[in-house]
Amino acid sequence: MELQVVLKMLFIVLVIMAAFLPLITWVERKQSAVMQDRIGANRAHVLGITALGLLHPAADVLKLLTKEDVVPAGANRWIHQLAPVIALVPAIITLAVIPYGGAYQMDGWVLNLVVSDIDWGMLYVFAVGSLATYGAVMAGWASNSNWGLLGSMRASAQMISYEVTMGLSLVGLFMVFNTLRLTEIAQAQDATFRVFGFLEHVFGIGVPGLLGWITLPNWGLFLQPLGFILFLTCIMAENKRPPFDAPEGESELVAGYHMEYSGMRFGLFYTAEFLEVPVIGMIVTTLFLGGWSIPWVSQSAIIGGLTPALGVTLATVLCMALHVVSFLLKVIIMIWLQMAIRWTLPRFRYDQVMDLCWKMILPISIANAFVTGGVILLLERA
Amino acid sequence: MTLGLFYFFAFIAIAGALGMLLNTKNTVAGALSLVVTMCALGAIYVQLDAYFVGALQVMVYAGAILVLFLFVVMLLNLRHDAFGVAGRLKPALATLGAIALGAGFLSLLPGAFGPAEALPVGFGGYRAVGAELFTDYVLAFEVTSLLLLSAMIGAVILAKRKID
Repeated sequence: MELQVVLKMLFIVLVIMAAFLPLITWVERKQSAVMQDRIGANRAHVLGITALGLLHPAADVLKLLTKEDVVPAGANRWIHQLAPVIALVPAIITLAVIPYGGAYQMDGWVLNLVVSDIDWGMLYVFAVGSLATYGAVMAGWASNSNWGLLGSMRASAQMISYEVTMGLSLVGLFMVFNTLRLTEIAQAQDATFRVFGFLEHVFGIGVPGLLGWITLPNWGLFLQPLGFILFLTCIMAENKRPPFDAPEGESELVAGYHMEYSGMRFGLFYTAEFLEVPVIGMIVTTLFLGGWSIPWVSQSAIIGGLTPALGVTLATVLCMALHVVSFLLKVIIMIWLQMAIRWTLPRFRYDQVMDLCWKMILPISIANAFVTGGVILLLERA
Repeated sequence: MTLGLFYFFAFIAIAGALGMLLNTKNTVAGALSLVVTMCALGAIYVQLDAYFVGALQVMVYAGAILVLFLFVVMLLNLRHDAFGVAGRLKPALATLGAIALGAGFLSLLPGAFGPAEALPVGFGGYRAVGAELFTDYVLAFEVTSLLLLSAMIGAVILAKRKID
């Protein structure tokens, strides 16, 4: 049992740390180059081989590790050194509750592809995410620098505000799926619904011919489209990457809260921000893009369809592999989307960031929750 | 295992609390120690099957309220001498209050350990707490929201007077 948990942890942490993390710095450079019509990262080379710029992540790490680790005069040494770690940890431990595959019956035991299948999974994500604020706050304060302090003030105000709206923007989704357990949310999306089925159900109108056959996967994206946009905005603002990077806006605050960091300690802040991109991708995929499910083909259909040819065990293993690949593909699509947003929009002014949160997203998400509740009542009564 | 974890988190909680008390010179470090205590308390709640309360403890106290504390402390940039004017009576009163509170808790302790009962299914989860909150305690819940609303209005009025 313990071995199983350790293996699952190793899998998800290795996928993230060893595959996604180095690649994402490369994707950031290459995608920005493509979007800005430049050639992009191609300078780092070994014996003249540049490998499409894939050597840049290694060059980054070497450079960061060999730089001097500076602690500014008058800084609070302990807190200054602790802050980068505090910034990085929440992003990593969020991975514990994210299901990267379903539950599979294997000869009498069940393999549930999630490290910790807790009932309050989404609350855990919120709680851990709310601690991420401290990395920025401690860094800015401990550096004994006005720019740093201003940056951490902005970071903490921005992150607290967007935490509130992040929770509210998901209330509708929780009502639809009636659970906070991430594995149940993913499982519920492994089904389809008839798009015009409600006409029959509520109003008793027959749906003519082909229209009645149109189905969509039971994804949060289709059931809560507004929730998807609101949640994605909030969680991207939580990550403090552009266009929400007012806490480290170069033109105003030099580098904001991590201005006084060098070498690998700066590297940890950098890593935390990059690491959160795939983690955000995973959360959004699980909540809105059907998690590990393959659209229109449910788990039982895959296993049932493959069993005659391959036998139950092999069919289950193949289905599991397909689901994990489907999950990772969706995460990659979400990473692409975040990068596209990051390189399309200019930085918001700080008051615009706060206005967007309190004057736009908050009222819309409350309205979304009310309308969703009303629709659910209507569908249940009919 | 479980008992060991409890002692581990209890130790962290007490260490954090002491860190807050003893860091009189550096209020920011004191507030950060309080964050440690709040997270450890959240872990202890989770061990007691109070998952919802545990998550809220971290989310609300550690994640929101203490960030605001830090905000205020950093903005005001309080130094040790800021507390000098409190008077000599205050520490004595605070000590008395702490002793009285501790005695009260200790007096409740013997009765607290009844025979162990099996917990109902779903105890401490968000469903159970939510159902209680919106049925038996709905009045208290709504009154609390009114309290928060009045505090919010008060803050807005105070801030507006300064701007005008």
